[in-house]
Formats: sequence, C-alpha cells, structure tokens
Amino acid sequence: MSGIPHDHYEPKTGIEKWLHTRLPIVGLVYDTLMLPTPKNLNWMWIWGIVLAFTLVLQIATGIVLVMHYTPHVDLAFASVEHIMRDVNGGHMIRYFHANGASLFFVAVYLHMFRGLYYGSYKAPREVTWIIGMLMYLMMMGTAFMGYVLPWGQMSFHGTAVITGLFGAIPFIGESIQTWLLGASAVGQPALNRFFSLHYLLPFVLLGLTIVHVWAFHTTGNNNPTGVEVRRTSKEDAAKDTLPFWPYFVIKDLFALAVVLAVFMAIVGFMPNYLGHPDNYVPANPLATPSHIVPEWYFLPFYAILRAFTADVWIVQLVNFVSFGIIDAKFFGVLAMFGAIAVMALAPWLDTSSVRSGRYRPMFKWWFALLAFDFMVLMWVGAMPTDGIYPYISLIAATYWFGYFLVLLPLLGVIEKPLPQPATIEDDFNAHYAPKAEADASAKSAE
Amino acid sequence: MFRTLTLTAATALALTTGQAIAEGESHVHDYDFSFEGPFGSYDQMQLQRGLQIYTEVCSSCHGLEFVAFRTLHDEGGPALPEDQMRAYAEFYEVYDPEIDDYRLATPADKFPAVTSANAPDLSLMAKSRAGFHGPLGSGINQFVKGMGGAEYIASILAGYEEAPDCAPEDFDGYYNVAFASGGFPEECVDDHGHNMVPGSWIGMAQPLWGDDVEFADGHSTDIEHEAQDVAAFLMWTAEPKMMARKQAGLAGVILLIMLSVLLYLTNKRLWAPHKHKD
Repeated sequence: MSGIPHDHYEPKTGIEKWLHTRLPIVGLVYDTLMLPTPKNLNWMWIWGIVLAFTLVLQIATGIVLVMHYTPHVDLAFASVEHIMRDVNGGHMIRYFHANGASLFFVAVYLHMFRGLYYGSYKAPREVTWIIGMLMYLMMMGTAFMGYVLPWGQMSFHGTAVITGLFGAIPFIGESIQTWLLGASAVGQPALNRFFSLHYLLPFVLLGLTIVHVWAFHTTGNNNPTGVEVRRTSKEDAAKDTLPFWPYFVIKDLFALAVVLAVFMAIVGFMPNYLGHPDNYVPANPLATPSHIVPEWYFLPFYAILRAFTADVWIVQLVNFVSFGIIDAKFFGVLAMFGAIAVMALAPWLDTSSVRSGRYRPMFKWWFALLAFDFMVLMWVGAMPTDGIYPYISLIAATYWFGYFLVLLPLLGVIEKPLPQPATIEDDFNAHYAPKAEADASAKSAE
Repeated sequence: MFRTLTLTAATALALTTGQAIAEGESHVHDYDFSFEGPFGSYDQMQLQRGLQIYTEVCSSCHGLEFVAFRTLHDEGGPALPEDQMRAYAEFYEVYDPEIDDYRLATPADKFPAVTSANAPDLSLMAKSRAGFHGPLGSGINQFVKGMGGAEYIASILAGYEEAPDCAPEDFDGYYNVAFASGGFPEECVDDHGHNMVPGSWIGMAQPLWGDDVEFADGHSTDIEHEAQDVAAFLMWTAEPKMMARKQAGLAGVILLIMLSVLLYLTNKRLWAPHKHKD
C-alpha cells in the first residue's frame, strides 16, 4: 500500500496461502501495522491515535446512552436525568461522552496545528489534509447535534441561533432553515432528525478515518524535518524509518495513557466544568438565556462570525457591491465558513518550497502568532459584544484570514529558508548520536 | 498525582473560556463545603439536616421532580435508614395515572413536581446555577476555589438584606445581594450606568430567617448554617452520584498513571538500541 519500499506479508503455511489467495486481509493488516514510519517523529505526532481512540470511545458510550435516551421534547431531559441517576454507571458513561467531545476537539486542534506548522498539508499530502478538513466539519456537525439532545436551555436556544445562520442566506435561507429543522421553529422534528444524524455521522467519520489513514499511508507520514523518506532502496528507507509496530504503537499508547489520565481526572473531579450550567435547565422556548454561548470548541469560529458587524467598512463595501444581498449577518456566516475554507486551501496558498516550519525563520513567528490568535478568538467568542471586544474580534479574525491569504503566499517568496538535513537519518542521529560518533566526539573533547 | 493535577489544571485553564458572565455585581460567598475538591465527600448529617429544611420550608413551594424517595437511602447521600426512608415517602401524595387519583408515595416514586407556578424545580438547581465564572469569564474561581452552585444557593438564601435607600418603596421583589439576574430599579444606577448597590431584586420572598427548624442533633439553626445545610442537600439532589464518580475518577487516574509508567519504561527499552543508548 505504501510508496515506501518495505517487506510485505508472505503467507507461509497452507492455510495462510489458502486465505491470502481468496482474501488478502492478513496482508492488509500486516502492511498497515508494519508501515515504515519516519523515526524522528516527535510528540506532536500522537494526536492521531488520541483521535482514533476518542472516536471509538464516543461511539461505544453513545451506543449505551441511546439505549436509555428518549428523543422526545417532553421526555428527553428527564431521560438524561434517568441516565444520570438510575442507569448503572450511567453518570460515568454520560460524563465520558460529554467530556469526550472536549477531548476530541483538544486533540483535533493540536493535530491540525501540528499539520500547519510542519507543513503536513503540502504536496503530496493535500488529499489527507482535505479529508481531514471534511472530518473536522463532520465533527463539528456531530458535536453540535449531540449538544441538542439533552434538550436543555442551551440545546434549544443554541439550535435556534445556529440554524438561524442558515436563515441568513439570501432568498433561499428561510426555506433551508425550515428544511433543516423540519418545521418553522425548533421542536420535535428537529430533535428527532438531530438524534438520527448524531447517530449516523460518527460512522461516516469512521469511514473517513479509514480514507484519511489510507491517504497518508500512500504518501508516507510527514515528519518534523519535512524531508521525505528515501525511497531509493529498501535499505535506504530502513535507515530513515522504523515499523509502526511496535515502535510507534507503544510510543502512542504511552502518550494516550498520559492524556487519558488527565481526561479521567476531569471526568472524575470536574465533569461539568467545560459545559454550560444553563443546559441543566429544561428547554423553555419562552425564556431565552441572557447569554447564548456555544461550547468552547466552537468559540474561535463563533468569534469570526460575530466579528464582521455592519459598521466594518469591508462589510459595507460588500453590501454595496452586492446591491444589499450580502448583509452583515450573511457576511458573518460567509466569514465563518470562509475561515475553515482558507485553512482547507492552505496546500495551494503556501508557496514555500520548504515543508517544515523548523527551517522557516519568518514563518515560525507568524505561525506562533496564528496559534495565539486562535486562543484570542476562543476567548473573545465568549465575551459580550460591547466595549472593546468587537475590536479585538475584528483584529483577530482579520489576522486569521491574513495569515492564510496574504502571509502564506508571501512568505514563500520573501523568506530565506535555513538549511535542512539531507536525510531523516541525519536529523535523528543529530539527536541520538551513534556510538562510534559519540565516542569520537567524547575523545576529541578530551 | 500532583503532576496529573497540575496537568489537569493547565489543560482546564487553557480550555475554559465559554462561560457566561454575571450581569451585575453580586456577592457569592465562597463557603467551605465538605464535598469540594477531588477528595471531598458529602457530610451525611448535613444532607439529613438539609433534607429537613427542604421538607419543612422549601417543599411548600418547590418540587424535586427528578429525585426518587428511595435514593434518600443510598450510600454516599443522606443515607436515611430504610424504615425512615419508607416512612418519609408516605408523607407525600403522588398522582398515579393508572388509578387516575392521588395515593401515598412509595420509595419508587419521585418527589412531587413543582407545586407553585413561579417556583422552579430544585432537583438540578445546584448544577444549573454554577455559572458565575470569574474573573473575566475564565472560570478560575470555580476551578481554584471550588465555587459552584452550592455556594450560589447558600449565598442567595443568606443574601437578603434591607432594600437600599435609593430604591423606591414599591419596587417589585426582594433585595438580595447575591442575586445577579433580577429586576433593578433605575434609581440605583449612577450616571455612568453602573449599579450603585450589589445584587438585584429577586421574586422569592426571604425563605429562611434563622431558627426555622429544630435539629435533632442540636446543630446550629442560624441562617448561615441553615443556608449551607440546604445548599449541600441540593448539591446532592443535583449530583447524587458524586461520591461514586470521584472514587471512579481516582481509581482511573491511579491506574492510568501506573499504565503510563509501564508504557514509558517499555517505550524507553524498545527505542534504546535505535537511539544508541544501549
């Protein structure tokens, strides 16, 4: 499967040969597990395993929750309380599931920013990146619909706000909103279809995970140097890589255990810390909460949505040019989706011939600023829309677009990259000097 | 353990941004509850006292529609002896749709739902009012000081004061220094739009005055103690499995740390020849 030359599965016994000629499944598993992996991968390459584990955790806990949950506007809230109080271990299963969503997004954001820094999105890994972006969108949809199911105040009014975004689309928006909700307002039809889709989408996500893994198994992993594995011969490739099993499986499992220890502490000791208290109030269409705030993982993009208000000149310009079709609300919606779209286009916006940020002296700082910008957006997304906050949102949102649309194309042209190591082996040996060299350098020091 | 807690702290602080902000200034006192922190547990006697206050005072208006009488007998809760719990249930009448009539409650029944139109159900009050996240919406108070819904409830119950002079005599509601989201008279807002007094006006008349109940164990019945006892009880009604959860959390964290150590050593050994360290 992989483009990197390595030993493939050879059926030896009679039964292995019999199966292999009919269904080469053992070979598929063998080649997947024995994939030659750059041996210089650092600890930022562990989030993929965390994500895979979290997806399985969410599906497993979710299936049990569904056994006790009732998707009905009058019964949903009480059925969640039934899970919390009467179902054996139900409180733990639900807290795992609710906080599992947060773990999912912590991991995905770190995974994405790792890709952005080390240039994992660049050729030939654009397809891996694009599939990853689709998975991220699907995750957001799934998380949003899952949050609706307990039918608390934030579930209800959050749904009204988010589906209202689609209502901002000119001409057809209202019909789309009605189509999404199955009615003109949030109610039973919306709850039913969100429940159905919340169960379906994780399996689509699982399918996309396989394609995502398939794609990077075809191109090989990126690595912190961005230098490709030598493919000239099996021997050369073996100098740059180690097989995924056992080297990276054990490394990833260690990292996963550490991450899960933290996760377990949150679930055990402060399971409601990341949630919104208002969602413990049953949904009441007549009482709107004073602050409708999305879950933390939506806040950066929610901040971008709110940043472009009617008094921003670019909004006024677009409004004028489009003869008023694109008003501030629709502009905000476009900006929010655009913020993800420009990220998806990074492989084509980045003009640098150097893959890894490690060898890009200017890029490094702009990237650090982007990571900081993301945190600022996350913070300001939860703040009120008066005082200084709209200005902060606007500056932070502008930088997000500026990074992808201006800096990435520009830096590749004006930046003078640092020298890169010739091979992954060189990079690895620079950290872990071979015995002979180490002895020699020790001697010369004497 | 400490390392995990530090990591937890770092992660949590990094993550928590999405919390609502209280509208005005209000004083939520940081009470010291026995169930705070990873090792805190409910004080069984306090929960029983809180149950008594709920029964004798709060239940005249408020319900506990998600709480079953049998859970009063549960370990890690008020843990009433079984005969007392059964006898307690029979104080209540519940509507039974099968006989289309009211009958005496059994342990399997739940507390009656809200009896008064304007009195919210109290089952989940302690979890739904945990959102006074300061400073700057960062949630640090909740994390560092363990402040949550129980603090809020106790502060409200003990937060009734004489209405300030700036307020008109006939202003709707009752002045409470801990209540943030109630009505507020324009007369008490200064020229810069800031509230001159903390809190706001709450719809509920002062329910606890001190000496509202008499405890069998002779525990103090001043308003501060009563407020804390009933707040602790309502924390339990909102989170009845807190003890089991913390135990599971602790066991899980310890096991995962042990697993991490073993995997770390395995990983180190495995990579040693390739890192030229053997």
